[in-house]
This record gives sequence, C-alpha cells and structure tokens, in this order.
Amino acid sequence: MGADASPVVLHPAEPVPGENGCTVSGIPGGSGIPLTVGSVEEEEMRIVVCVKQVPDTEAQLKVSPDGRSIEETGVTFIMNPYDEYAVEEAIQIRERGEAGTTVTLVTMGPERAEETLRRGLAMGADAAVRVWDESLAEADSGVTAEALCAVVRRLGFDLVLCGRVAIDDAAAQVGLRLAEKLDISHGNAVTRLDVEEGRLVATCEIEGGAEVRELPLPALVTAQKGLNAPRYPAIPAVMKARRVEITLLSPGELGLDLSGAASRQSRILALELPPARAAGRMIDGDPAEAAHTLAHLLRDEAKVI
Amino acid sequence: MPGVFVFAETKDGEFRKVTGELLSQFRAVADSLGEPLVAVAVGALPESPAERLAQFGADLLVHLDAPELQTYTSQGFTAAVASCIKVRQPRGVFFGNTPQARDLAPRVAERTGATLASDCTGFTFDDGEFTFKRPLFGSKLNARVSGGSAGPVFATFRPNALGMVPVAISEVAYEKVESNLPSGTLTTVVREIVREMSGRVSLQEADIIVSGGRGMGGPEGFSVVRELADVLGGAVGASRTAVDSGWISEDHQVGQTGKQVSPKLYIACGISGQVQHFAGMSSSRCIVAINKDPDAYIFTRADYGIVGDLFKVVPVLTQECRELLAQD
Repeated sequence: MGADASPVVLHPAEPVPGENGCTVSGIPGGSGIPLTVGSVEEEEMRIVVCVKQVPDTEAQLKVSPDGRSIEETGVTFIMNPYDEYAVEEAIQIRERGEAGTTVTLVTMGPERAEETLRRGLAMGADAAVRVWDESLAEADSGVTAEALCAVVRRLGFDLVLCGRVAIDDAAAQVGLRLAEKLDISHGNAVTRLDVEEGRLVATCEIEGGAEVRELPLPALVTAQKGLNAPRYPAIPAVMKARRVEITLLSPGELGLDLSGAASRQSRILALELPPARAAGRMIDGDPAEAAHTLAHLLRDEAKVI
Repeated sequence: MPGVFVFAETKDGEFRKVTGELLSQFRAVADSLGEPLVAVAVGALPESPAERLAQFGADLLVHLDAPELQTYTSQGFTAAVASCIKVRQPRGVFFGNTPQARDLAPRVAERTGATLASDCTGFTFDDGEFTFKRPLFGSKLNARVSGGSAGPVFATFRPNALGMVPVAISEVAYEKVESNLPSGTLTTVVREIVREMSGRVSLQEADIIVSGGRGMGGPEGFSVVRELADVLGGAVGASRTAVDSGWISEDHQVGQTGKQVSPKLYIACGISGQVQHFAGMSSSRCIVAINKDPDAYIFTRADYGIVGDLFKVVPVLTQECRELLAQD
C-alpha cells in the first residue's frame, strides 16, 4: 500500500447484461484487463475481497421503534470475523505471490462501513470501494450480490474472496450468489487455499470432514474459521489507512436498475426479542447425588432422555 | 401443477431426518393450495425411495438422475435442481439447513431468480404468502421475513426446529428425470475427501448435545464429555474458548461464530455461557449447566444447574444415564 490516493481502476460498465444481469458473453473476468493467467510477462492477479461491517458479537441489541431494525446507538461495529479471514488470505497470497498482485476491498454499506474498509486497508489491502445509496438500505442477499457484482465486474478479477457467512443476518448467501452472477465456480467454507498455475486448490469444509477441490480461475472462495490467523494491524498502518481515499459509487453510477427490487427481494417484517429464558432449578448435593438427581429429572420431569 | 417442493437430501444411504420434518410440515400447505407436495431428490437414492417418503405424506418424488450426479458436486446439483425448478415453477422450495444445502441453495436461488430465507425456525402461510421466522444476530433477535412476491420462494430450515407432525401415509408417485447436464458444467475437480467423523451424529441434527468449554482444561478433558454424548446417542459441542485453545476441532463449535443448534437437550459442561455462546444454543428445549463457578452466567438461563467439578459430576451422570437407558 504505497500511495495515499486510491489506486482503484474501474473499467467501463458492461453494455450487454446477460441472463443473470451481469454476465457478458459468458466470459468470466469481465471486459477489463484480459486474463493473464499462465502468461509470464503479464503475471498479475487481481483479488477482490467483499467485506461487511456488523455489530460486535458481544453487543446487546435493542429493536428500534420502527420494529424492523436495530438501535445503533451504543453498538460497536466490527469487520465480520469471517471477512477478516478473507482479507488476511488475500494479503498472504499477495505476499507469497508474484509482484503485481492487487487486493481491493469492496463493501456495500453506509458511511460507518468505511471504518471496516480502513481496517482492511490497515491490514494491507491496496484499495477500497464502497457502494451505497439509500435505495440499498433494505437490500437482501440477492440485491447485495447484484450491487457487489457490478463493482467486481468494473474492477476486473481473477479471485474473489468473501466470508462464509456474516454474523449479523447469518444468511450465508451473498458469496455464492455473487459466484453465480459472475458465472464462476466457488469453494465454500474454505479452511486452506493454495494458488497453483491458473487454478486454486481449496479445502472446503463438508459434513463430517473436508473436500479438496481444484477450481479453475477465476473463482470465488468463502473463508471459514481456521483458514488463517488474521493479523492485527500496526499503528503506523492504521494511521496510513486513514488517509487512503475510498472510492464511493452509487447503484446509478454502476448502471444498476433497482426499480422493482422491492417486489423481488425478501423483506424484514418485524424484529423481536426471543422469549427470555428464566433460571431453572439448581440441584444441590455432592457430585454423585446431584448427578443421580439430574439423570432422573431429565428422564421423568423434562422427558428428554 | 406448481406445488410445494422439498429437497430430499440423502446421507449415508438414507433420506435425512430433516427431509421428513419438512415434508410433514408442508403437507398442510399443499392441501390448502390443492397442489402436490413434491420431494425432489438427486442422484443415488435409498432403496424403495417412494415408499420411504410415504410416511411423511409426499405426493410425488421427482428423481433427477445422471451418471455425473451420483455424488454431490455444487455445479452438477445446481444445474439439475435449477433446471427442474425453471420447468416446474413451484411456489416454494424448502431445504434442511445442512452443509450440502448451504452450498447448493444460494446458487440455485440465484439461477432461478428466487428469494431465500436461510436457517429458518418457523413459517406461516397465509393468503398465498409465505412468512418465515429466522434468528438474526446469532439468535439475539428473531425476525419475521417475507419471501417476496416476484418469483419462487426458497427457505432452508434449521434441523429439529420444526419437528415432525403426524400425517396420513400417502401414495407417492415416482418420476425419473434424466438430467442432461450441458458439457462443461463440471469444471471443478474433487481431488480428495477427508472423513473426520464418519458414523457420528451431526451436530445440527442431534437430539442431544453435550458441550465442553474452558472448564475442560485441555483436549483430554473432552473424553468425559464424549463418553456422556455416546451414552445418550448425542453429539459433542464446544465453546469458542475450547476451539480457540485448540482442544477440539472447529466443526464442534456452537455459537454465533460457530453452529446454531436446537436439540431437545443441551448439556453445557464448564461453559460460562457468554452471549456469543448462547446465541448458538438458546433455542434448545432443555438446557443443563454444570460449572464449578456458582456465578457463571449460564445458570441464569439453564433449566437445571449443578455447581460442581464437572470431572466428578459428568462421569457419575454418564453412569446414571447408562443405567436408566438400560432399564427402558
């Protein structure tokens, strides 16, 4: 991360949207810089990392008077923990790879989300883009993927990294919807990633184990816990990241038509606190007595064993 | 036709428990619409699959098959399921929230222009519209969400959350569809599959979970937890502290940054019960806490609590449960 000015280069908007709204002639990678995989003199890898700002896991949340959103006052926001793995992985790939690898962060979110971009810049990302206007305030996973897709296309990409899930809405959809829109393969819940000649080797968590997949580039990977240990940025890097200019784009500037989004997206009708659990019964006695009593209560009173 | 579709996932040669839950739960919706309840299954199926689904009230089993679909791949299954949905235009498509569905449902939804409500714990169907209940912020809040009105509505449901409802045994028609995957569909290659816990109960489908936290003190500590889980036919869970300390692998982690579970019995051993952890297990039917700290936060939310050394309490509990279960 050298310059204070953002090195974001955007390519022209795609003139002919395909079936999914942003596929152009079925050529992954977009119309930007031609893919250079396998070409030695033009070795370059463009990595785009999608990040999201979310309330801290320890935050106690309250529902706003509108009944459909959370009260933000007093809530600390952080980078989604799974996105931190994605950012870290991108930086590690750049550190061990050829010169010319770039890491660009993209987020969809209000102004406060720039703190999360700056966190990623301080970790070592090269540039950051935020897409936003009020028309995205209630975007569901599908519309979010649409907005991110438009940015990723304009940036050009060889590898897109996302967190496996965001801990706020826990939808775990945006990454895979984005892969679908970009018409590229994905590796989900990845715990190990290696870049080889023109392809990725990704260890994906599956039920009861793991699957090692080879993915042709370009590809999208969602990061699972265990992929790496995200670095804690040093103070000078944090200071420097504050001065980086973040590129702000509106859906209009990206050529997105969000009219009709209200009917094709899902919508939060109401948020409510779950019924409170009251403290139950404490079982006294020495360990043997207590365990004996508990086993009988579980069978005879709770009827769960 | 349109109909209500349930993705009939298989595991170890059987339909999953959550498939039965969903079919039985959506029977009433299909009846109210006067449309069929359809199970959609892909690739290798159990023997007599239609008969197996009759007990859950399905009307039709649509079997998407091709040589390339005998084992799960994202690309193959996405292509097969999406093309079936594009042709048949169901009102809703419902999945268990399993690792396979988490890989499959978002891409199929995107390809078919559907909304998708993830990891739901309830639903209603009124005036032709689905509304889903789903936990947000790691179960700190519940949301009611609409499915949108423009296209098909998808949802994945947390296993065990809906439960099975009794339905009349149905006659299940069987329809086999040869899925012709366009060449070039499969571009990824599976190099290797590493099995870690074959034969063990999956954490999210388990009726009983025994979890360990900081109080385990090390990886060896989990042996007492594992023994109790084995006796109860349950799965082993863990707190973030235990996972971050390297005492047990990440796929056991319960909490906001791990798995969200709803077993009928959750036994927390040596877990203080931070907000983060509660977020993953607060929808359990019965919570038991065993902790040596009488002020541990978990006691304020547990149905039964024992203050004591878990290494003394749990082995006795295991023995007591073994004896009680032997009597039944």
